[in-house]
Amino acid sequence: MSQDTIAAIATAMGGSGIGIVRISGPEAFSIAEKMFRPKKENKQLSREATYTMHYGTVWDEEEMLDEGLLLLMRGPHSYTAEDTVEIDCHGGVLLMRRILETALKRGARLAEPGEFTKRAFLNGRIDLSQAEAVMDLIEAENETARKSALSKLRGSLQKKIGELRRAILQEMAFIEAALDDPEHISLEEYPGKLEILTKNWLEEVKKMLLSHENGRMLKEGVKTVIVGKPNAGKSSLLNVLLGEERAIVTEVAGTTRDVLEEHMQLGGIHLNILDTAGIRSTEDQVERIGVSRAMEHVKDADLVLYVVDSSVPLTGEDEMIMDLLEGKKTIVLLNKSDLTGIVTKEQMEARLRQPVLSISAREEQGLEELERLVKELFFQGEISFQDEILITSLRQKKLLEETRESLKLVLESISNFMPEDFYSIDLMNAYASLGKILGEEVEEDLVNEIFGKFCLGK
Amino acid sequence: MRTGYEETCDAVVVGAGHAGCEAALACARLGLETVIFTVSVDSIALMPCNPNIGGTSKGHLVREVDALGGEMGKNIDRTFIQSKMLNLSKGPAVHSLRAQADKAEYSRSMRRVLENTDHLSIVQGEVTEILTEDLEDGRRVTGVKTYSGACYYAKTVILCTGTYLRARCIYGDVSNHTGPNGLQAANHLTDSLKGLGIEMLRFKTGTPARIDKRSIDFSKMEEQVGDERVVPFSFTTDPESVQIDQVSCWLTYTNEKTHEIIRENLDRSPLYSGVIEGTGPRYCPSIEDKVVKFADKSRHQVFIEPEGLFTNEMYVGGMSSSLPEDVQHAMYSSVAGLEHVKIVRNAYAIEYDCIDPRQLKATLEFKDIRGLFSGGQFNGSSGYEEAAAQGLVAGINGARYVLGKSPLLLDRSQAYIGVLIDDLVTKENREPYRMMTSRAEYRLLLRQDNADLRLTGIGYEMGLISRERYAHVLEKERLIASEIKRVERVYVGTSPKVQAFLEAHKSTLLKSGTNLGELIRRPELSYDLLEEIDEDRPSLSPEVREQVNIHLKYEGYIKRQKKQAEQFRKLEEKRIPENLDYDRVESLRIEARQKLKQYRPASIGQASRISGVSPADVSVLLVYLESRRK
Repeated sequence: MSQDTIAAIATAMGGSGIGIVRISGPEAFSIAEKMFRPKKENKQLSREATYTMHYGTVWDEEEMLDEGLLLLMRGPHSYTAEDTVEIDCHGGVLLMRRILETALKRGARLAEPGEFTKRAFLNGRIDLSQAEAVMDLIEAENETARKSALSKLRGSLQKKIGELRRAILQEMAFIEAALDDPEHISLEEYPGKLEILTKNWLEEVKKMLLSHENGRMLKEGVKTVIVGKPNAGKSSLLNVLLGEERAIVTEVAGTTRDVLEEHMQLGGIHLNILDTAGIRSTEDQVERIGVSRAMEHVKDADLVLYVVDSSVPLTGEDEMIMDLLEGKKTIVLLNKSDLTGIVTKEQMEARLRQPVLSISAREEQGLEELERLVKELFFQGEISFQDEILITSLRQKKLLEETRESLKLVLESISNFMPEDFYSIDLMNAYASLGKILGEEVEEDLVNEIFGKFCLGK
Repeated sequence: MRTGYEETCDAVVVGAGHAGCEAALACARLGLETVIFTVSVDSIALMPCNPNIGGTSKGHLVREVDALGGEMGKNIDRTFIQSKMLNLSKGPAVHSLRAQADKAEYSRSMRRVLENTDHLSIVQGEVTEILTEDLEDGRRVTGVKTYSGACYYAKTVILCTGTYLRARCIYGDVSNHTGPNGLQAANHLTDSLKGLGIEMLRFKTGTPARIDKRSIDFSKMEEQVGDERVVPFSFTTDPESVQIDQVSCWLTYTNEKTHEIIRENLDRSPLYSGVIEGTGPRYCPSIEDKVVKFADKSRHQVFIEPEGLFTNEMYVGGMSSSLPEDVQHAMYSSVAGLEHVKIVRNAYAIEYDCIDPRQLKATLEFKDIRGLFSGGQFNGSSGYEEAAAQGLVAGINGARYVLGKSPLLLDRSQAYIGVLIDDLVTKENREPYRMMTSRAEYRLLLRQDNADLRLTGIGYEMGLISRERYAHVLEKERLIASEIKRVERVYVGTSPKVQAFLEAHKSTLLKSGTNLGELIRRPELSYDLLEEIDEDRPSLSPEVREQVNIHLKYEGYIKRQKKQAEQFRKLEEKRIPENLDYDRVESLRIEARQKLKQYRPASIGQASRISGVSPADVSVLLVYLESRRK
């Protein structure tokens, strides 16, 4: 158990109505007693039962800071598996800081980033995949992502991967046993049997990886790029989309590029929208840089919204854009549907084999259809997050890809008629990769790496 | 009781079985004045159970012992009467050499080697006490005392007592307090060891009956002949010298009647009635265990193997037992070909004291007694080969301890010996430990065919391998590398000769040119087969050709396995200080803390293999060591 007691503000700093200061460690109760006075004067916090709420006032020496509730949890029945108190108070930034400072004055130490969760992990309360889920939960910004993070926290990822891993182990054990006891355990017809099993495992891993694509998009938002010729109506489309959702639109500097991205929700899905310079062939040096940058963005995009002015004929520049869109998830938006259409839906569908929608940015028509299509494209309709396993961290994705590659190699060995003892090498790798996702295989630098990323207070 | 006889030497080895012989030879060859004790000089390198050396994964051990400078491989090459490379239909990782020994010759030949090794003396006598002295910072071994009271002072003592400690042989309700073959048991040493705080276990093993060859009807059995071309165990043996006339073994089977007899008499088995307390080996089960465990099998293999050229006694492999004498007669004579069998020696089970080897470091030195080493069945293993491997390592490390040199440590990615010792000193072992292919995670790297390439350099560094022998291995390495390079470059066109060759071997014809290496990788082809279309091929030894073939054919697998081994080594290299105070490591679970304090693993890797220490505990340790380093 930890020697010292840590404290931090556990809720987001901002204008929320309620704030929580969390204190965890052997001194948690005695620190709480020094700064929280229960309404009932003879009540002694350190003698109270676990999972009890206490109403009272928070004090720094003789100055009353706030009134609030105190939640008391005794280790190991708390998040960190240590004695823990949470003080719920009124959320102002300054007030919460004062309360935290008081806790520090009374003997607590300011928690390092992710330290509560780190303690929970080290005390065996949660495994690594759960720890990662907590991190996701803190970072998840929209409703669907929060649901998925919660379901992972309950261990559905852990369960699914655990089952897969056990199945692989069983086959490894069988092969090994047969090698050492050929008299009693026969490998006759075994390769065919393993082939079927491996194909099934491969399917499951692929499914999980697919969910990673969804998961990443849920968490980070779908990278969406709007392209089109100048004056096709890109900016007005963007304005309409943003205008509708103005209340939650934020401007955040892109993390990977030096451009500003717009964040918005469409049908519960988080989109990071990037407006690009109009694409046209030009001799102008400056414009050419803008165009090539637009092309770069298209390459990275999860979704491209291609805006076409349907009231004028297609040009060579449109052809150039369409070549660029080869193999990209694209929605073609025939804008200016309120005017006489020259470019038709059929024409565009035939050329790009991508969904085409008629809209009018000016009249705000066709936007509901767009919302439906965005959802459909990424989730094949509505997804039920309750049974879906979402792989959301890059590390998990990498490990799943490794698992997939190892399983493919097992199939390769079988089809090349390799002796059975060769199967174990790649089965062992698949088993280890899955184990790393669960934290059941020791990896040297992982622990610090993961916990270094946590927000303060969780 | 005091005879007053005293002698001072450098090293004392207790026991002259397969472990003791290797330990004593290593010490003496490294220049230590060495005394080896045996209860009977006539039982040096005795094979009290099966009459063979090697077999699946055990053959690997013998070759590794040989590459490090041990004697077992050479000795069986001198005394074998049949030899076979097993598992040739499987991958190269599980090919394994096994040879039938002439038991008497094997023992005599080893005795001759011991008797003619400088710095080595053989003493017949029972060691009853380990002498130690207490120092400020621990305890140190100083010698041994014999039953007659003589004291032999030494800087290092290596215990290789095999199955002799408080041994008891049992069949039915008959129980003799003797070692194997009626040899005198060692009844006093256990108390001395316990007095030193060493934790003892009681294990059991068993052996089948020996029968009279003249009473066997071989016409009802399948003959098992040796290989046409014998591969020697030792890398130093001239392959031509082992192409001898071989004798046959015979295969027959138990049947429902055999099983019925056994089942009906199970209540008379000392194992099932509770007379035997020791734990027996799961992987070398008695016939009664097999009948119970594999109840659905209608028959089990029985191998009839000669005990040697000097005798008519035959070993009944696969039917070890501790059932009463009358049941044994009924049981054996129910087997096809054994209807009129005459039993020379009964099958019996043997119980003996051994240690919990987790009290040892991976050097095979006791963690709490400096200079005291141990090897073989005393450490809870089973088998001659496992014993020899440990004996060699204990001997080398005993010598290096005396000479003030850093110890020999082999890890799981280097050798089966590394796997064997790591398993013994790390994992909980409730039965005699037997080497098995499946225990070696990196077995594609640890093949029997490359034991010389893996370990001769280490043997040279230890001082047991001559400069010439090491130079020979380096030259072999060079030849392999340059030949691999060459075949990767040899262009093969679509000439009629090439296509005809491919067609003859049912291999897809070439559409365009390729190189020889690519063709070797085809499952139906091999390096040797391709000689026909490889005109400029240099003349190379079969050993070099084999390495080139394996390297090219399984390159992808070998690469992946090497990567696994590298990962493994990373955690092995994270050493844990010997004096680490686990009470200061926060957040360890109680069970993990206890286990770590008790067994004091040498590395993070070893810690992760201790049962009761979870990955989260290992992470805690990692974090702690990291923060200490900063």
